[in-house]
Amino acid sequence: MRRYLLNRLWQSVVTLVLATIVVFAGVRALPGDPALALAGEERDPESLRAIREQYGLDQSWLVQFWQFVSHAARGDLGQSIRTGEPVRTMIATALPVTVELSVLAILIASVIGVGAGVVAAVRRGRPAEWAANALALVGLSVPHFWLGLMAILYLSVALGLFPASGFVPFFTNPIDNLHHLILPAVILGTGLAAVIMRQTRSSMLDALSADYIRTAEAKGLAPRAVIGRHALRNSLIVVVTIVGLQLGALISGAVVTERIFALPGFGKLTVDAVFQRDYPVIQAVVLVTATAYIGINLLVDLLYSVIDPRIRVRGDA
Amino acid sequence: MAAAETVTTAAPLRSNRRKVARRILHNPLAITGLVVLVIAIVLAVFAPWLAPHEPTQTHLDRAFAPPGTAGYLLGTDDLGRDVLSRIMFGLRASLHVALLAVATSLVIGVPLGLMAGYFRAIDALISRFTDLVLAFPFLILAVGLAAIRGASLGNAAIAIGIAQIPGMIRIVRSETLRLKSLDFVAAAIVEGAGDPWVLGRHILPNAASVIIVQTTVALPAAILGEAVLSFLGLGIQPPAPSLGTMLADAQQFASRAPWAAVMPGVAIMLLTLAFNIVGDSLRDALDPKASRR
Repeated sequence: MRRYLLNRLWQSVVTLVLATIVVFAGVRALPGDPALALAGEERDPESLRAIREQYGLDQSWLVQFWQFVSHAARGDLGQSIRTGEPVRTMIATALPVTVELSVLAILIASVIGVGAGVVAAVRRGRPAEWAANALALVGLSVPHFWLGLMAILYLSVALGLFPASGFVPFFTNPIDNLHHLILPAVILGTGLAAVIMRQTRSSMLDALSADYIRTAEAKGLAPRAVIGRHALRNSLIVVVTIVGLQLGALISGAVVTERIFALPGFGKLTVDAVFQRDYPVIQAVVLVTATAYIGINLLVDLLYSVIDPRIRVRGDA
Repeated sequence: MAAAETVTTAAPLRSNRRKVARRILHNPLAITGLVVLVIAIVLAVFAPWLAPHEPTQTHLDRAFAPPGTAGYLLGTDDLGRDVLSRIMFGLRASLHVALLAVATSLVIGVPLGLMAGYFRAIDALISRFTDLVLAFPFLILAVGLAAIRGASLGNAAIAIGIAQIPGMIRIVRSETLRLKSLDFVAAAIVEGAGDPWVLGRHILPNAASVIIVQTTVALPAAILGEAVLSFLGLGIQPPAPSLGTMLADAQQFASRAPWAAVMPGVAIMLLTLAFNIVGDSLRDALDPKASRR
């Protein structure tokens, strides 16, 4: 177990270092002089020189890389070219919105996905299975951002059930906050729910045909108790696995969902930064995302090995 | 289980082909999916000849014509452009990007997957590479690429293709690992066959079915990816028609002309749904054991 943990931790550190190098090199791969890009509108020689000095662009690449890493490690991610605001503050305001949206989406997707998956497995060959399978197929195929547009058009604008856009912080008004986030979270969760449903169904079918289930039934345990216990245990593994595998898709999905519902989150920050050519923000956003992704994946793997001991015995997952 | 698998995979793929085709042709859902796919491909390929109107031609006097207006089956948008014609050209762009992207992931992913599964020595190196690519979620990768190289159809395809490489590597790698442990590969090695021969003649042909299945998963994902990128303005640039940019435009006047927002989305959904259905049936046909579960 300890060896597995150390190995996994080491792999994450290597990936993180490589990712940092890629981000650093990516910004240097920008066409033309980075100082010109960083200067934006003010292109007189005086401000260019000031920018070169400020960002250490007159130093060697190695020194620049070291400065980039040491500043980032201290949480100093530079300043926005557009607003002059520290990038750290911008991220600190945007991130909670995205985290809340994603957590809500995972919760909703888990409930719907596990529920539909269990129903599909237990009601094999009946209409309920067909309905659940069809729903999963549509959930995988539908473009979420279009579903979002349709929800705004028909549920928010036409029926007035939900606010079409905007955001209220949780601590200002929790009810209003959830009212604004519930629709985006459902939209973001549809694809995830479909994947969870399919996996739950097939792992339930495996479990239902296993010998220990037959033993439990032979012992006289009620079918409901058998399904309940094993569904619960299995679905936990399924959800953790899928969330780990789908994390990238979830982050990408959150960017688009925020754009549609005009939520002031990480995704909006990212897209705005690209259109405004705000390079320090782009660099920081990519680095923070990669770090978070690597960190959460490590966490998922560890969680996974705690829930399912078979994983750490094999050790190569 | 191991013995049964040895028999099916060691048998030449060709003798299985007829069986697979028969299984698909006996599945009504798969046939529906195939028909939709063929229609979409015909509409896309022959769009310049089939489209009733020029997709970028604006007619401000005919703006917001509802579906069913004479000559405009699916209506017009805010600039009076024909929605149907734009969807046909949009399908063309979607398939173009998807094919480019999946070809990229095949050309890079399959050889790397084969090598990772076959040569223990470089497995760790390739695994770190896949971890690295995975650390940048697809959209973040596309955002970075758009920032560096500008937003375009080609760059969208590259971003989607790169994002799909890790999946391809992992699938091919695990299949290679499995095939390598089978007797017929061991026999070839004992007979003195070189590594390139074993990989090219024994492993690749037998890994073809999982590669095909992975391709059918990657294609609809690439179509959705292109739509998302173009919707955000990071893909195909207006006025060129793309299903994603059509939706981005339509968002602004959605309550006035809902059809302009509904139709392109329906087109994307039908296309990806058809790909997913055909992919699922193909997977079941190639591996009947999985479908019986």
